[in-house]
Amino acid sequence: MQAPVHHVIGLTSIVRERLLPISGNVTARIQQKVSPNEVVAEARWAREHVLLDVARLLNVSPNVAERLVKCHVNDELPVNAEIAVGKGMFPKTVRAPRAGRVVAVGGGQVLMEVGETKMELRAGIPGTVVQIIPNKGVVIQTAGGLVQGVWGNGRIDSGVLVNLAEAPDSILTPNRLDVSLRGSVILAGLVKDADTLEAAAELPVRGLILSSIYPSLLPKAREMKYPILVTDGFGSLSMNSAAYKLLSTNAKREVTVNAEFYDRYSGARPEVIIPLPISSDPPSPKEIEEFAPGLQVRMRRPPSMGMIGSIVSIMPGLTRLPSGLRALAAEVKLENGETVIAPLVNLEVVG
Amino acid sequence: MPSSLITSNSLLAIDVGAANTRAVLFDVIEGEYRFVASGIAPSTAEAPFKDVAEGARNAVANLQKILGKKLLDASRGIITPSQADGSGVDALVITISAGPTVKTVVVGLLKDVSLDSARRLTESTYTRIMDSMSLSDQRKPDQQIDSLLRVRPELVVIAGGTDGGASRSIQKLLEPIGLASFLMPEEKRPSVLFAGNEKMEEEVKTLVGSLSTSLHFSPNIRPSLETEDTDPAERELARMIINIRKRQIKGVDLLDLWAGGHMLPTAYATGRMVRFLSKVYGSQKGILSVDMGASATVIAAGFKNKSVLKVFPQFGLGQNLVGLLSHTTLEDILRWSSLDISPGVLLDYLHQKSLYPATIAATKEDLAISQAISRQALYLAMQTARKDFPQNIANIKTNLTPLFEPILAGGGALSDASRPGQSLLLLLDGLQPVGITTIILDQNNLLPLLGVAASQNNILPVQVLESGAFLSVGTVVSPVVSAKYGASILKAKISYENGAEANIDLKFGFIETLPLANGETGKLTIQVARGADVGFGPGRGGTIPVSGGALGVVFDGRGRPLDLPSDPVRRRELIKKWNWALGGG
Repeated sequence: MQAPVHHVIGLTSIVRERLLPISGNVTARIQQKVSPNEVVAEARWAREHVLLDVARLLNVSPNVAERLVKCHVNDELPVNAEIAVGKGMFPKTVRAPRAGRVVAVGGGQVLMEVGETKMELRAGIPGTVVQIIPNKGVVIQTAGGLVQGVWGNGRIDSGVLVNLAEAPDSILTPNRLDVSLRGSVILAGLVKDADTLEAAAELPVRGLILSSIYPSLLPKAREMKYPILVTDGFGSLSMNSAAYKLLSTNAKREVTVNAEFYDRYSGARPEVIIPLPISSDPPSPKEIEEFAPGLQVRMRRPPSMGMIGSIVSIMPGLTRLPSGLRALAAEVKLENGETVIAPLVNLEVVG
Repeated sequence: MPSSLITSNSLLAIDVGAANTRAVLFDVIEGEYRFVASGIAPSTAEAPFKDVAEGARNAVANLQKILGKKLLDASRGIITPSQADGSGVDALVITISAGPTVKTVVVGLLKDVSLDSARRLTESTYTRIMDSMSLSDQRKPDQQIDSLLRVRPELVVIAGGTDGGASRSIQKLLEPIGLASFLMPEEKRPSVLFAGNEKMEEEVKTLVGSLSTSLHFSPNIRPSLETEDTDPAERELARMIINIRKRQIKGVDLLDLWAGGHMLPTAYATGRMVRFLSKVYGSQKGILSVDMGASATVIAAGFKNKSVLKVFPQFGLGQNLVGLLSHTTLEDILRWSSLDISPGVLLDYLHQKSLYPATIAATKEDLAISQAISRQALYLAMQTARKDFPQNIANIKTNLTPLFEPILAGGGALSDASRPGQSLLLLLDGLQPVGITTIILDQNNLLPLLGVAASQNNILPVQVLESGAFLSVGTVVSPVVSAKYGASILKAKISYENGAEANIDLKFGFIETLPLANGETGKLTIQVARGADVGFGPGRGGTIPVSGGALGVVFDGRGRPLDLPSDPVRRRELIKKWNWALGGG
C-alpha cells in the first residue's frame, strides 16, 4: 500500500513556488540569488468598487447616459472628478466619490475600483530563482534541512533559531521570553496560554516552532503577525523525535519558518527550512513510499500518537484492532522499545 | 468504451470518495445480476498524488487480486468490453464525492420563495453557500460586487420569476454577478446555473453568458409561487459539479471519459436510487437513505410524490470536522459517549482527525469518540433535512421523524462500526425512527453505484437489491410513548414459521430483541400501553408479517424524542446497557 510521507530531512533539495494571489508583475530575474525578505513580485489590488448609475443619477435613459459619460476604461480619476454632466439650464454633474480607476463603462453605468493597495510578494526562502511564472511569481530552489508541520498561521519569516525546548515535551511560558530573543525563531514545545503568544509578539520574535497547541488558542495564533508552525498536532503532544533532533541540532543557524496554511489538495504545508551550504545538489525528497519493513513511520492516531517507530512487518490480510475494527496493519517497534499493531492508514512515513 | 449497458453482462462501478475509492463488480450469475466483489484503495485526489484516476486504478487492481481476473491492461486502462479470455468488463459507471466543497452564491427574487428554492437546490450537492442575494438584500450593487470578489464563488445558482413573470428585478440581481465575473480572471469565473423565469434565457445569456466559465439553464424550479420542482435542475447541477471537479482535480476528465460521460456526484446517484426505489417499492411510508462519509453526510428521502436530497458537507466526518462545532457543542457530542471523555480530549480529537480524515479508530476510546461524533452529526443532519420534507407525509407526530420503510444506511462511519449492533444503535440514536421499520446496512456502499447504473440498466439495481448484497439488520419497533423508566409499554409475540413462539414485555428505557434470522419470516403481534403508538394509532396494536435480519426484531423502548439522562454516570451506564442489548460492549 502507498504511504504518505512526512518530511523531516537533514539535507535535501527544496523547490518552492511563490505566487501572487492575483496577476501582477514579477520583479525577480531567472538565476537571481534571493534572500527571504527580497521582493520577487508585486501587484496592485483594489479592495472596493464603486458603481455609479449615471442614467439614474441624471434621470435619463441608459443610451443617453452612455453618451454623457466623459471617462474611459483605465482612466485614473481624482476624487470629485467629473464623470458625466447632464443637459439643460442647470445640468446635474456626476462626480467620482473617491479617487480610483475606471474598470468598466456601459449601459449608462461606470464601475470604478477604489482603495488600491500595493501587494508585495517576498521570496520567503533564500535560494536561486529557477523559473519565472509570468504575471504570477517565481520558483525558487535551495538546499538544506526540511521539517514539515501540520498547522501554520499563514505567516512567513526568517531568523536565527534559538532552542528553548530542553526536551520534546517542554512547555513554553511567557517568563522564558526575554529581550535577548528579539528577532529570533524560537524552538519551543507546547504552548498552553495566550499570554505566551502575546509575549512573543511584544518582543517581537520572527517565528515560533511548536510541538502542539491547544485548539482554543488557534484564533489568537492566527492573529499573530509572526509565523507559528506546529509540528505534531493539537492538545498536549510532544514534538516527534525526528523533528526535535533535527531542529535542536541546528540551533543558532538562520532558518525560514513558512507557516503557510495546510492545503491537502495543492500539497502546501507549513515547513521549516534550514539553508545549508552545499557542493552539489542533494536529492529531492520522495513524495510517495510503499509501506515496507524497516521504514521509519510516525503514528497519526492513538495509541502512541506522535511517536516515531519502524515497521517490523506488514501483517497478512486484515487484522482485528483493539477497537474491534479490521484493517490492513503493521507491527511497529516504537522508539521506546514497545511494539504495537497499527492500521496502515494511521501511519505516515518519516523521511 | 462500453456500448449499451442493457446488452452488457458485467458492470464495473467505481466510487471515488474523499477517503477511499471503491471498485465493485456486478455480473450475471445464473441469469441474474449479482454483486460479486469489491476492491478498495485510498483516494488520490489530494497531494502528493493529485490525480483521482490513480486511486481508481489501485482500487481496480485490488479488485483484480480478489477476483483472480484481469481488469486493467498493460497501460493500466480498463479493459472493455470483456474478452474471450475472461478479462475485462462490459460496462463501467463512476461516481465521485471527493473534492473540496464548491463555493456557491445563491440568488433569488424573494427570500422566502425563489431564494429558498435556490438554497434547497444547492444543498442537493457538495456545496457551501457563501453568500445569498435577493431583492430584500440591503447592500448596494457595488457592495455585492465586492462580496462576490471576496468569496470568489465557483458556482452561482440563480432562481426567480414565475415563467413569463418578473424580468426587470432579475436583471437587477444579475448585474452585480456579471460585473464581478468581468473583474475576475477568466479561469476563476464561476459556473452559472439559471433556474428561473424561462422567458429570460436570452437576457441571461446577454448579461452573464460571456462572463461565466459555463452558463447552464434548467427548467424553472419555481414555475409558480405554489409549486417547486427541483428535479430537472438537480440533474443539470450534478453534471455541472462534475465539470467543476474536472477543473479542480486531475483525473476526473479521464474517469468521465471511461464512464462515457455519465459520471455523477455520489450523492446525486444515491438520490436517484432512492427516487427509483420509492417508485418501485413505495408505500404510504417514505424510503430513507443515509450515507455518512468523510466529505459529507447525505440524506435522501423518497416520498410518494416527491423526493428530497440533502448533502451536508458541514456534517461530514473528514476535513470539515472542526466546523461541526459551529452547529453543536462538545457537551452535546459527548452525551452519546459510552466512556468518560473530557471536552478537551474531544476538541483535540476533532482537530487531529480533520488533519487525517482517512485514519481509523484503533483503540476503544478512539472508537467511542468517533461514534459519539457520528451520532451527533447524523442527528443534526436528520433534524436539518426534516425541515425540507413535504408537509403531507405519513408520521406519528409532526415533530418527530416521519414513518419510513425501509431505512438504508451506508458510508465510512457505519463501516467503522465493528458489529451490526453498533451501527444499528448509531442509527437509532441519530435518526430516531418511529413505528415499525426495516433497517438495511449498505456495507459495500453499493447504493450510489446502483443509482448511477439505474438510468441505463433498470434491471441491475432491482436484482442486486433482492440478491442479499445488503445486510438486513432487522425489523425495528420504536413506539412513540412517554413513561416512567421501567414501566411496561409494549407486549409482543412473534410466531415463527415452524410454529414456535417467543414473547417480550418491553419496558420504557430498554432495548430488547427477539431472534429472527436473516431469510426467515414470522408474524409479529403487538399490544401497546395506553397512549403508546407504533403506527397503528395511540393505544392500538396489530399483527404484521416481519422479515429477519442480523439482530432479528429489535424493540427500542426509549421513547421519542430520545431523552438521555442528564446525569453522566447514569447516561453512560445506560448507553453500555443498550450496546450490550444489541450484541456487544
